[in-house]
Amino acid sequence: MSTQRDLKAYWKQNITYVLVLLSVWFVVSYLFGIIMADQLDSIRIAGFPLGFWFANQGSEVIFVVLIAVYVKLMNALDIKYDVHE
Amino acid sequence: MSILAWTWTIVGLSFALYIGIAFWAKAKSTGEFYVAAKQVHPVLNGMATGADWMSAASFISMAGMISFLGRDGAMYLMGWTGGYVLLAMLLAPYLRKYGKYTVPMFVGERYYSNTARVVAVVCAIFVSFTYVAGQMRGVGVVFSRFLEVPINTGVLIGMAIVFFYAVMGGMKGITYTQVAQYCVLIVAYLIPAIFISIMLTGNPVPQLGYGSQLSEGGMQLLNTGGGYLLDKLNEVQKELGFSAYTGRGAKSMIDVFAITFALMVGTAGLPHIIIRFFTTPTIKGARSSAGWALLFIAILYTTAPAVASFARLNMIKTLNNSEYTNAPSWFKNWEKTGLSAWKDKNGDGRIQYAKGNAFKGKVEFEKGAVGPYGERVVKTQMDDKSANELYIDNDIIVLANPEIAKLPAWVVALVAAGGLAAALSTAAGLLLVIASAFSHDLLKNVIAKNMTEKQELLSARIAAGGAVIVAGYFGINPPGFVAQVVAFAFGLAASSFFPVILLGIFWKRATKEGAMLGMLSGIAFTAAYIIYFKFVNPTANVAANWWWGISPEGIGTVGMLINFAVVIVISKLTKEPPKQVQDMVESLRYPRELA
Repeated sequence: MSTQRDLKAYWKQNITYVLVLLSVWFVVSYLFGIIMADQLDSIRIAGFPLGFWFANQGSEVIFVVLIAVYVKLMNALDIKYDVHE
Repeated sequence: MSILAWTWTIVGLSFALYIGIAFWAKAKSTGEFYVAAKQVHPVLNGMATGADWMSAASFISMAGMISFLGRDGAMYLMGWTGGYVLLAMLLAPYLRKYGKYTVPMFVGERYYSNTARVVAVVCAIFVSFTYVAGQMRGVGVVFSRFLEVPINTGVLIGMAIVFFYAVMGGMKGITYTQVAQYCVLIVAYLIPAIFISIMLTGNPVPQLGYGSQLSEGGMQLLNTGGGYLLDKLNEVQKELGFSAYTGRGAKSMIDVFAITFALMVGTAGLPHIIIRFFTTPTIKGARSSAGWALLFIAILYTTAPAVASFARLNMIKTLNNSEYTNAPSWFKNWEKTGLSAWKDKNGDGRIQYAKGNAFKGKVEFEKGAVGPYGERVVKTQMDDKSANELYIDNDIIVLANPEIAKLPAWVVALVAAGGLAAALSTAAGLLLVIASAFSHDLLKNVIAKNMTEKQELLSARIAAGGAVIVAGYFGINPPGFVAQVVAFAFGLAASSFFPVILLGIFWKRATKEGAMLGMLSGIAFTAAYIIYFKFVNPTANVAANWWWGISPEGIGTVGMLINFAVVIVISKLTKEPPKQVQDMVESLRYPRELA
C-alpha cells in the first residue's frame, strides 16, 4: 500500500510528465507550424519547406508520438508507485 | 456495371452491415446503452472515436478548404488533431476513473450542484444539435449527388438507418457500427489519394508524394516541366495573383493561432468525444485509446493536405486558359450538379482562373438554360471586379478525386459509401449524447428519480428516437445558419466545458460558484461576440473591427481564458468545496481504488 507521501510524489511526477509533453505539443504546432513557420520554410526536407510540413503533417505525427510516450511513462509510473489497476 | 449500379450496391451492402451489427449488439441495460458496459477494447474504441470525430465535413469538405487556403488551412489539420493530446493527458483517464455515464453528471457531482448539471445539459444538447443537423444534411447531399435521389429522400433514408442502430443498440451498437464505418471511410479516402499520388509523382504514399518531384506522367498530364510539385504549385499560384501555396496566407498570425487553439480546446470539450473514453475497461485503456484514436484520425488528416495540393495543381493546370469545350469531363459532370460553374466574362471561350470571386454571392443557375459553348447559365450576378470566371465548390476536391485519377466505377461508389459512413457515424454519436442528457441527466436525476432501470432504458430509447426525428427535421429544413454555427459549437465547447472539467480534476479548490460563473461568463462572451459579427452586423465582420484581430471562429480561445480566470478568482473568494468532493477529486488521480 502506498503512503500519503508516495501518492504526492506520484502526482507530482505525473504533472511533470504532462507539462514537459505539452511543451513539446506547443512548440511543434504553435511555434514551428505558425509563429516560426516563415523562417523554417527556408529549410527544405524531403521536398517540403519545413514550416509548411510542421503545419501540415509534422505536428500531427508528433502528437501521436507524444500520446504514446505519455502512455508508456504513466503505465510504468503506476506500477512504480503501486497504484495500477 | 454503371456507376449508379455500383453505388447502390456498395452503399446497400454497407447499410446491411450496419444493421447486422445493430442486431448483434443490442443493448440490454442502461450501462450498455450509455457506455457499452465499459467493455470496448482500446484499439476498437480508438477506431470508433475516429469515425465519431470525422464528420461529413472532415471527409467531404476539409481537403477542399485546405486547397483554397494553402498553409493557413493547416489550422484545421492541427486544430482538429491537437485536442487529442489534451484529452489523453488532461481529461480522459480521470473521467474514466470517475466512471459515470455523462459529462453533465461529472460537472454536477464535482461541483455539488444540480444547477451546474442542468447548465451542462443545456450546453451539451445545444452543441450536439448544432452538429447533428449538418450531418443529416450531409447524408442527403451524398445521396442526391451519387444516387440521384432528392436530398430529402436521402435524409429520410439516413434517419431510418441511424434510428435503427442508435435506438436499438445504444452506445454498444453505435461503437461497433462506428468501427465498421471507420474502415469504410478510410479505404474510400485513401484509394483515390494513392492513385493520384502515383499518377503525378510516382510515389504511392500520398503523404510523401506531395513533397516529391513530378513524374514523367505527371509532367505530361499537367503539361509542364519537371521539379518539385510544391514549387510548381507556388509558381502557378503567383502567376495567377495568389500568395504562395506553402507560404503565409491571407489570415493574420494571431487569428490562425486563436482559431487553431479554439479548435483544439473545443475538440477536447465536445461531449460526444469525451464520452467515448467512458467505454474502455480500464484507465490504462482510456489513455492508450486516445492515442489509437489520434493515429486513426491522423491517417486521414495527413492525407488531406496531399489531396489538397494534388487537386489544386491539377485544377489550375488543366482548367486555366483551356477551352471550355475541351475541359476535363469531371468538371462538366460536377457542373451538372451545380458544384462548379463558368461564366465567359471576356468572351474568348476559355476558362480563366484568377484571384477573387467569379460571382457575387451564392451560385444559382437558370433552369435548363445553356450558353454558347454548352455551359450552364448562371443566374447569379457576375463579379466584374475580378477576372476570375471559375466557380469551384470546396466539396469537389474530394468527390471528384476518383474521376480525376481515372479510377473505375466501384471507387466512385466507395467514396459515396465513405461520405455516408462519415456522416452517419458522427450523427449517431451526437444522438447518444442528446439521449443520455435527456434520460439520465434530466429525467432520472431531476424529474423522475424513482424510475426503474427498465423505464430509464426505455426513456433513453425514446429520447434517441425523438432526437433522430428533430435532427432529420433540421436536415430537411436546414436553418440558414447551420454553416455559421460550426464556429459556435467549437467556441462554446472551448469556453464552457473545457476549463471547468480541467480545473475540476486538477484543482480541488474550484468551487461551484466559480464553476457556474465561469461557464456562464465564458459562454456569454463567446456567444455575444459570434452573434454580433455573424448575425447582428455581418457587414462589420472584417479584421479591422475584430478585438485583438481575432475572428469569431477563434474567439472561443478568449472565452476560455475568461472562464479560467473567473473560476479561479471566484473560487478563491468562496467557501471551499465539501470534504467528500475534495476526496472524490483526490481519488480520480490514482488508477486503483485506494482505501
